[in-house]
Amino acid sequence: MTGFVRTELEEARPAPRRASGFLLWARKNLFSNITDSVLTVLGILFLLWAVPPLFNFVLGHAVLPGGTVEECRAPGAGACWAYVAARVNFFIYGFYPVDEYWRPNLVFALGAVLLIPLLMPKVPFKRTNALLFFIVLPIVTYFLLNGGVFGLRKVPTEQWGGLLVTLIISLVGIFCSIPIGILLALGRQSKMPVIKTLCVMFIELWRAVPLITVLFMASIMLPLFLPQGTTIDKLLRALVGVTLFSSAYMAEVIRGGLQAIPRGQYEAGASLGLGYWQRMGFIVLPQAIKHVIPGIVNNFISLFKDTSLVSIVGIFDLLNTIQAATSDTNWFSPTQAITGYLFAAAIYWIFCFSMSRYSMYMERRLDTGHKR
Amino acid sequence: MSDISSTVVDRDIDRQRMTVSQTDVAVEIIGMHKWYGDFHVLRDINLKVMRGERIVIAGPSGSGKSTLIRCINRLEEHQQGQIIVNGTELTSDLKRVDEVRREVGMVFQHFNLFPHLTILQNLTLAPIWVRGIPKVQAEETAMMYLERVKIPEQAAKFPGQLSGGQQQRVAIARSLCMNPQIMLFDEPTSALDPEMVKEVLEVMISLAESGMTMLCVTHEMGFARQVANRVIFMDQGQIIEENEPDAFFSNPQHERTKLFLSQILH
Repeated sequence: MTGFVRTELEEARPAPRRASGFLLWARKNLFSNITDSVLTVLGILFLLWAVPPLFNFVLGHAVLPGGTVEECRAPGAGACWAYVAARVNFFIYGFYPVDEYWRPNLVFALGAVLLIPLLMPKVPFKRTNALLFFIVLPIVTYFLLNGGVFGLRKVPTEQWGGLLVTLIISLVGIFCSIPIGILLALGRQSKMPVIKTLCVMFIELWRAVPLITVLFMASIMLPLFLPQGTTIDKLLRALVGVTLFSSAYMAEVIRGGLQAIPRGQYEAGASLGLGYWQRMGFIVLPQAIKHVIPGIVNNFISLFKDTSLVSIVGIFDLLNTIQAATSDTNWFSPTQAITGYLFAAAIYWIFCFSMSRYSMYMERRLDTGHKR
Repeated sequence: MSDISSTVVDRDIDRQRMTVSQTDVAVEIIGMHKWYGDFHVLRDINLKVMRGERIVIAGPSGSGKSTLIRCINRLEEHQQGQIIVNGTELTSDLKRVDEVRREVGMVFQHFNLFPHLTILQNLTLAPIWVRGIPKVQAEETAMMYLERVKIPEQAAKFPGQLSGGQQQRVAIARSLCMNPQIMLFDEPTSALDPEMVKEVLEVMISLAESGMTMLCVTHEMGFARQVANRVIFMDQGQIIEENEPDAFFSNPQHERTKLFLSQILH
């Protein structure tokens, strides 16, 4: 009785071809058994029932830009895009003076020119770019929009509105809440009791209060506590409220990421003589944040949508301008309001969906093939 | 790699040289105790390691051997007694702790490479930011050490793309890039596939030949025989027996040591 000894090594061969084709695919994925078949048929019927009327409303019977209000009032007319087109400046700039539109336009352009290369990993000069975007742009934006210097007409923040304000609040909220959230998360993990307690109290306070309450407090209660004559800009108060609110959430998301980092990483950093901030900055945070990109972007998205709550303290953000415009009797028609809200939904969706896709792209890009 | 017999000769020469110049103490531990909560993990540890000495610490699991070497760069705090490393006593003074850590390299059981950085970045991070060495120079040094551990071609890869043995060699190179005076090894081969143990041990042996002060927690008794000046056997948080390797393996004194050796040497 002898054992087995291989005399020739088996060469690697290509995997057997899988049969493909639509019918096979459909059979495997749509009609593999009776339940699947029934569900497939029901699904198709639902689409046949739901899609055509929706399509007719949004496009088929819709009054496209350039149309008149009479067409919108006609029976059976779909969405009144003509109305949105007529009021789109209001939706974008709010009450910003018409002859000063170039100022927000310049801000939009600068923002886009600086943000797009920042988001593309291959474009060089990241450091300069980030410096321009995070430091220079906010300052330029403030002076450009607010005016009162360099011969620019003063435009008080009460007149800012629409998409402009929505973007300002959400971008400031997003980009300020990350560093504050990181510090809070690190503070919460700190071994120093005072810092730890302060951070825990801060986080738990802001997380336990609804954003609406925060905004009310900031806009109605805060002035009562301030000495008479001091006023803090309403938009600024909302900005601070939104930023602190989302920082608390960000802190907890980042803490989740910190907990996922094995102790060995801290120890390896320590054993090389790296100090606390170096360990955190070079080793722990880059990995922790990478782990929680989905959570962070989730926060961004919900923050972006939550900015619509500032309307209750009288700030005219995108949703509030659209809401206000529904009382425009010149464009009164049965579909006026719903078209406006559809437009709002589309804008919110475009921004949120872009963030979501971009985060997925970043996750894939940052994956260095380690899963331990 | 020199074979075992010539290494033994090297070691004897080393020992003679050591007896002449045993002026320099690398690590001194005096009456050290440590507790985890109420659990007394390290009891009355006294240990003196001379420069250039190579100590192997053996013992059953839970005997406190890893904890002991982790106390030497203060990844663990001790509660009683003194630990003096390179003439600096370890206290809660963080500045001193960092000072000691800069001079003490450590290799971990699970490598603990930084997975988000390339191999080269893993090696240059600390030299650049702790030692303040210019990037170009740090990279040159890093490549030199990668060549020494025989994987310069992996410099641009990420740790996750390397085998366990390669990762551990990178980890050793990473420590060496800081030009440490003392190296601590915490079961460096325990997490490796059997086929990869040898390549890591070879690197450790060549490091020993270069005169590095080493404290190794390991179960590789062949390694202990070949390069150690002293073997320390621990059980229940204390040093039970300590001897030169030949005597330790051929003539263990304590009952517990005899039992341990009979379990692991076949």
